[in-house]
Amino acid sequence: MHAEQAAADSPRTLFDKVWQQHEILRWPQGPSLLYVDRDFVHEGAFHAFGDLKRRGLQVRCPERVVGFADHYVPTKARDIAGAATPAIAKVLQQFSDNARWSGIRAFDIGDERQGIVHVAAPELGLTQPGMVITCNDSHTSTHGALGAIAFGIGQSETTQVLATQTVWLKRPSLMRINVTGSRASGVSAKDVMLAILAQVGSAGAVGHAIEYAGSVVAAMSIEERLTLCNMSIELGGRCGMVAPDDTTFAYLFGRPFAPDGQYWDAAVAYWRTLGSDPDAVFDKEIQIDGSAIAPMVTWGTSPDAALPIDARVPDPERLSGAERATAHAALEYMGLQPNTPLTDIAIDRVFIGSCTNSRIEDLRAAAAVAAGRKAVVPAIVVPGSESVRRAAEAEGLDQVFLAAGFEWRHAGCSMCVAMNGDVVAPGERCASTSNRNFMGRQGPNARTHLMSPAMAAAAAVTGRLSDVRRLPTRKRA
Amino acid sequence: MSHFRDFRAIAAPIEGVNVDTDQIIPARFLKFDRASGYGRFLFHDLRFEMEGRERPEFILNRDPFRAARILVADENFGCGSSREGAVYALGDYGIRVVIAPRFGDIFYNNCLRNGVLPALISVVDAAALRKILHAASDPSLTVDLPSQTIRYGDGEPIAFSLDAFWRDCLLEGVDEIGLALRQMPQIEAFEQALAARRPWTASACQRRLTGEPGLGTVE
Repeated sequence: MHAEQAAADSPRTLFDKVWQQHEILRWPQGPSLLYVDRDFVHEGAFHAFGDLKRRGLQVRCPERVVGFADHYVPTKARDIAGAATPAIAKVLQQFSDNARWSGIRAFDIGDERQGIVHVAAPELGLTQPGMVITCNDSHTSTHGALGAIAFGIGQSETTQVLATQTVWLKRPSLMRINVTGSRASGVSAKDVMLAILAQVGSAGAVGHAIEYAGSVVAAMSIEERLTLCNMSIELGGRCGMVAPDDTTFAYLFGRPFAPDGQYWDAAVAYWRTLGSDPDAVFDKEIQIDGSAIAPMVTWGTSPDAALPIDARVPDPERLSGAERATAHAALEYMGLQPNTPLTDIAIDRVFIGSCTNSRIEDLRAAAAVAAGRKAVVPAIVVPGSESVRRAAEAEGLDQVFLAAGFEWRHAGCSMCVAMNGDVVAPGERCASTSNRNFMGRQGPNARTHLMSPAMAAAAAVTGRLSDVRRLPTRKRA
Repeated sequence: MSHFRDFRAIAAPIEGVNVDTDQIIPARFLKFDRASGYGRFLFHDLRFEMEGRERPEFILNRDPFRAARILVADENFGCGSSREGAVYALGDYGIRVVIAPRFGDIFYNNCLRNGVLPALISVVDAAALRKILHAASDPSLTVDLPSQTIRYGDGEPIAFSLDAFWRDCLLEGVDEIGLALRQMPQIEAFEQALAARRPWTASACQRRLTGEPGLGTVE
């Protein structure tokens, strides 16, 4: 009791506070057994459901597991018959069947609130501060934007969560990334994240839970924080979090699965205690000058290969060792010459969507640039959820995009991961608001440049990587 | 799992930092059942041209590395997507051990869950090993899990790190899901305490999610 009291009195981080509320036991020289408040599954979890059935197990707490069809769903049709191939249709059918078999709630294709799990779950109020959340998807880090410990797990771990509502996890080290100052106009949350990646690197946060803090983060909307936390995995982080505050509570209030009247006040009172104590200690602290961040794009095949739009393609010869070899390989794959101004790079295609950037604020930012202009390359807009799609249509954003020659699709992961038939053709160069520019990510031999929604819209109307600050947004009638 | 005691096999050096799981297995193969075998998907787009021909320059297409059962990689191997298919592909190809200075966290856990040993060594040791393997006439390594060492020929053993818990699980073939199931009394007690502390997250409060039959209904 005394030790517990002392632990409670010493300064603790946001991560510590949530972790301690979920640690069932700690194995000597090993992981902790962590309680999972909520597990999300997408269609890819058919491996885990198969494993569960082979073991003769069931989903232990169906009320704590929620399914979303997102990776394999067609974005031009709203039923399984519209799947790109019979093999994809089979995966979608298995998802429906497994949801029915296990008794979990599934926001399946055709549901008016279906969407990408990392867009739809926060929007439904399923993601809440202080929770431990898992999902068979690395971008589960997204949900930390509301003050949850949320992390991606594999199929075997998903089997365990489904069967026991627990997961084995070694407590990560803690990193705080402080983004100070204030963002210049034309600089989005995506730009902030790409700037962090450029500084910290793709392996910089391996083994760490990240807390994002500082004036720039405090001033962000929840949607912007979701974008930030989404790409924690691109830093190698186990999860990313932002302390819950009034912005968080205002976002959650009244959402369908947020705590209701009976519990709302108690929940908020608890959530207010979660922020890191002033003297809490982190294993690593990173400082980023938020005022110095410019619109960013990636040039290589790792998300940390990011530069301000007014920079030039790096020269690998100026790097050393493994970095030089990696940069050479990246430029060869990307078909780029060293020292080329980034704004000279012509593109073939634009994708606006993904769990990083497909929320209503993202679509507004893209539409503001597209308004009154014409796309000169094929461009698709894929809302993150059907709710986002309806909200955008209510504001007339669909008409802005259609008038500008963009395609307006239904919700899903689509061209970010290219599993549903929406692919970038071999050799094509895509300006994308997604999170990964890995080789082959958007299709075999596809070339990806990551950027914000406004920058992607600017690329669509100019046909090249462009500085959105040089394209004044026009007021819509 | 005896293959982790004094396990000797051909080891292939994999060059490049941040080899992501999209490289290890492209997403388009993840829709297939595991039973059909994932070995042919391993490093698919690095191993094969688009029309299916082998790329002769890729390490696993060269003898003797074609028969590799160990990989020696660089920083942040297995970063990116959580797809366990990456480890299915390694395992089905026959890879039992992956040695690297740093692994993606999710990939690391997926290895442990599939009987693939992720052995952590320093950047310098990993680079030295890869260099040796490129030049060796017999690029074999011996990996011994009980002593947590890697040896090339008669060279000095290199220590690798792994938590004792996971070492014992790999050596004894412990099933972590079974281990969790055996903690059920503690899990249930924890749940009850949780319901008292944070009633809005208690199961009873979540049942409106599943309160209705069928899919896609709105409360």
